Amino acid sequence: MVKQIPITDLAVVIRSKNSGPLELTFDIIFKDQQSFDLAVASGIFSPALFADLYKIPESRVLSVVEYAPARAIKATILRNTVAGSVGDTDVYGAQQHAPLLAITVPMEGDEDADQG
Amino acid sequence: MRKLTVLSPTAILGYGFPKESFERGLQHNPDVIAVDAGSVDPGPYYLGAGVSFTDKAAVKRDLEIILPAARKRNIPVLIGSAGGAGAKPHLEWTEEIIKEIAAEQDLAFKLALIAADVDEELLLDNLESTEPLGPIAPLNKETVQQTSNIVAQMGVEPIVAALDAGADVVLAGRAYDPTVFAAEAVRRGFDPGPALHMGKILECAAIAAEPGSGRDCMVGILDGDGFEIFPPNPQRQCTIKSVAAHSLYEKSNPWLLPGPGGSLDLQDTIYEQVEPGRVRVTGTRYVADKHYRLKLEGARLVGYRTLAIAGIRDPLMIKELRSILDAVSDSVRENFESVPDYKLNFLCYGLDGVMKELEPTPQPGHEVGLIIDVVAGTQDDANTICSYCRSTLLHYGYPGRVSTAGNLALPYSPSDLKAGPVYEFSVHHLLAVPVEFRPLIQEVGGKSDG
Repeated sequence: MVKQIPITDLAVVIRSKNSGPLELTFDIIFKDQQSFDLAVASGIFSPALFADLYKIPESRVLSVVEYAPARAIKATILRNTVAGSVGDTDVYGAQQHAPLLAITVPMEGDEDADQG
Repeated sequence: MRKLTVLSPTAILGYGFPKESFERGLQHNPDVIAVDAGSVDPGPYYLGAGVSFTDKAAVKRDLEIILPAARKRNIPVLIGSAGGAGAKPHLEWTEEIIKEIAAEQDLAFKLALIAADVDEELLLDNLESTEPLGPIAPLNKETVQQTSNIVAQMGVEPIVAALDAGADVVLAGRAYDPTVFAAEAVRRGFDPGPALHMGKILECAAIAAEPGSGRDCMVGILDGDGFEIFPPNPQRQCTIKSVAAHSLYEKSNPWLLPGPGGSLDLQDTIYEQVEPGRVRVTGTRYVADKHYRLKLEGARLVGYRTLAIAGIRDPLMIKELRSILDAVSDSVRENFESVPDYKLNFLCYGLDGVMKELEPTPQPGHEVGLIIDVVAGTQDDANTICSYCRSTLLHYGYPGRVSTAGNLALPYSPSDLKAGPVYEFSVHHLLAVPVEFRPLIQEVGGKSDG
């Protein structure tokens, strides 16, 4: 059976920031190697996930990258509004990470737990 | 083995640092003190308007400590992206602060100023050599002429030239963040890969430590094939994770970091914990581009802003809020058909104020904070439209209204705040023709100034 683990149980940093005025970039840094490996193995961290969370076409998701040295998964999307332009709501892009907090990572439950 | 030690006092000049950390940093006998002063992060206003986002007193406080310490040891001070955005007015602003300190503390030194502004004629003659860096319109004559300050992120070359000319203090306009930390290393023949990667981490000072802080010092020691990095403050530690994670920060891709003339390739980078709090980084390569390209930045004036802030607590009104705001927008449009090109935006905090159309859960709270944001071609037009919009909304008779005395809780009198000029990023492009950044050397203090 598949268990859903909240991302907040696996990650120590979930943040958003501009990477230049046209892009928003998200960093998810996992608390340990096991959590990072689990997240990578789940296969859910794809452009489709970020397109879905932010209700944007996949073409606006520029990259989803695993970065093992920092036990991190990083994604970058195009901003809907250039930073600081009239109508922008977040010049630094620092509060756009909130939808990521709702991610759950599927994990195959272990046999003992199922039987118990 | 030859080494080069660089002390980074603070993440941005003017952010401050503990004197004690700085003193501890000096005990490692740095060859260079370098500090980054800028960023485009605070948005287009500062570049466009030619003002700094850091405060003069705060910048002066940092330099009052850094400059005499460096002069006493006869080591260079390198400052990148002067005044935040690094255009001519920012450079002059910082130059003035440096000269004030030199006069007050009786310091004498050679000061190199390196302007990063790109000549309008050069750009107009080479429009076909520019390329948008992302989804922004190609550069044309009109955009170039409308843009008040256009700068290019310089590489290490002009800073090396300033050091070669004997500069004690180098004040660079807009510069690729790692350059001031790497210039002396490149000048002495160190591999630019590790030198620039060390600069990439040092430019944010102790942000890459645990606990992280932009207001504390960091030391980097470069050697033959890599560098070691650590915070002089014993309350902070560099860990493999804190340093590696910093390579992600504010970048699109952690494996390849592009800069002027080339990229840092981090595919084979290795991070090792050599001592508690101290990390060694090796394996970073510098890959030169076939053609040297520079990143241009520029911002243009788009109008003048007036805004009003109001609270809405009536649940009947909150339920109807979207349709009310649409109706008020229509009313404004009808009334000001003659005003060209104004923009009216409503920010609804408590609904979707932070994320707007990206908001996944737009459920209204029990109260909504509303900002009426108007940008128009003149301050008078912005004032007029904001005033009309605010009074229309205050008394708007929406379906089901029972609170007929007024729809808005206005916290301020005057209710409408004149926010002045508004800019937008108009240039965010690559330029493929060479730009000459020439250091101007002058003697500050001592005989020539007396």
